[in-house]
Amino acid sequence: MQAKGRVFKYGNNVDTDVIIPARYLNSSDPVELASHCMEDLDQNFVKKVQKGDIIVANKNFGCGSSREHAPIAIKASGVACVIAETFARIFYRNSINIGLPIIECPEAAREIEAEDEVKIDFDSGIIYDCTKGIQYKGQAFPEFMQKIIKAEGLINYINHQ
Amino acid sequence: MGMTMTQKILSAAADLDHVKAGQLIETNLNLVLGNDITSPVAIHEMKKITKKNVFHKDKIALVMDHFIPNKDIKSAEHCKCVREFSYKYEITNYFDVGDMGIEHALLPEKGLVVAGDVVIGADSHTCTYGALGAFSTGVGSTDMAAGMATGKAWFKVPFAIRFHLIGQPSIWVSGKDIILHIIGMIGVDGALYKSMEFVGEGVDSLSMDDRFTIANMAIEAGGKNGIFPVDDQAIAYMKKHSQRQFKIYEADPDAIYEKEYTIDLSKLKLTIAFPHLPENTKTIDEISEDIKIDQSVIGSCTNGRMNDLRVAAKILKGRKVKKDVRCIVIPATQAIYLQAMEEGLLKIFIEAGAVVSTPTCGPCLGGYMGILAAGERCISTTNRNFVGRMGHVNSEVYLSSPAVAAASAVAGKISSPEELNA
Ligand code: SF4
Repeated sequence: MQAKGRVFKYGNNVDTDVIIPARYLNSSDPVELASHCMEDLDQNFVKKVQKGDIIVANKNFGCGSSREHAPIAIKASGVACVIAETFARIFYRNSINIGLPIIECPEAAREIEAEDEVKIDFDSGIIYDCTKGIQYKGQAFPEFMQKIIKAEGLINYINHQ
Repeated sequence: MGMTMTQKILSAAADLDHVKAGQLIETNLNLVLGNDITSPVAIHEMKKITKKNVFHKDKIALVMDHFIPNKDIKSAEHCKCVREFSYKYEITNYFDVGDMGIEHALLPEKGLVVAGDVVIGADSHTCTYGALGAFSTGVGSTDMAAGMATGKAWFKVPFAIRFHLIGQPSIWVSGKDIILHIIGMIGVDGALYKSMEFVGEGVDSLSMDDRFTIANMAIEAGGKNGIFPVDDQAIAYMKKHSQRQFKIYEADPDAIYEKEYTIDLSKLKLTIAFPHLPENTKTIDEISEDIKIDQSVIGSCTNGRMNDLRVAAKILKGRKVKKDVRCIVIPATQAIYLQAMEEGLLKIFIEAGAVVSTPTCGPCLGGYMGILAAGERCISTTNRNFVGRMGHVNSEVYLSSPAVAAASAVAGKISSPEELNA
């Protein structure tokens, strides 16, 4: 499994409230959620994001509530992967469970810049910044998580078992 | 290599002899919890699962607490969805208006969680049950759906931080001050992914209610769970509330902790978290200016238990809530409500000029009553003071113990109970 795309870069403590504001939680339609994704933090995200793009952020990405709408909105925006120094733990679980690949790699998260083109190999955890020509080693997904992500989420994974 | 208390519980639930931090495991679950906000999403997800039944009708708890009695049409629809699901699958532990309570106060009280259990809940404060020596943690709705269908969940075995509590807290210093002090010290991501293990002789001097408060806020430091050893007090609590067999796990002497802290409870002071993060703490003597308040909230899954109400009543007895302050008291469960009535606490609150609500999360998440207007300020015994948590984005929430919230309601500004006598 691989991903390649352009980078949107954010800082520390991006919380679930800015990923998808509570005022839109009356919908669980991924497309509608995606249309408001990140809007309190970055008005341009929705306009610019393309299928395969990558979000890179610093510490504690996804902190706050247990709302699953947050990773759903990101995934439905077309984002192929989120790289961060660290993730808040419920966001981490929720992302895996809905099939959004996320990787912790502090070095890559600090050094990769907005607009860089980045390639990720999920089996090895290798992150390659094509723009800068620098390679990073993130944590590879254990087999179990790869299976969930390949099945497009925990529910499909259970159904296939 | 030894295991921590949390690791031991997880390894037993995964049918493994040994686990180590970082390992991915699948465990059996003793209980899966959801509330009126998260359960409808999980029920929707469950419809996509081919296996069409719940794993065990006695091991699922669905608690209507955030917006009940229903505050509007949308919350009524949510509860209806959960109610219909509960009837269809004959869920034993479905709690609605009448036998309601805030989930994290209700479950231990009903004896649904005991030591040694592994519990997931689609609510971030599910970590509360660590007070009983159980492993419990918050998850999202998909986890809840999968848990309801299979009775299993995946976990990454957490690293641990150990907190040695020594000494005895002085008068008015409570579990809330201890956990606010810890969050102020390590920060809101200070225990990210980790288990917070509380040990030491200081634990003996903490009531079960204090321990629930401390475990409840483990998530506010980013923790996966917070856990206490099972002592005589915990055993007495479980025997009183539950018919279930409990299992006591103890950390191995050579268990590995990433960090260790020693906290002398006798040195702690009344602690308040300033807006807009639980880590922005100050002790009461560090506050030099007058912080005038518009509202005081005493309740929630953190501090709506019997001892919390008793402390508040002790302070409010024979006193009056300041004219321009709204004081809202919310017993966390029907049983607590009734007990407070029998002990005459409700009379004290009402005579002091506070209002007493039926059990609900209410103002805690700004969803339902007690909402703040722009520029207003609230002292609250709840657990989060994020921007807009209790209402308008320009309102402010200060987190404190019941003693400080009650004293502040009387003084009209953030105060300690001792200042009232001066
Ligand atoms: S009282 Fe507050 S923190 Fe506790 S469950 Fe209710 S909304 Fe969540």
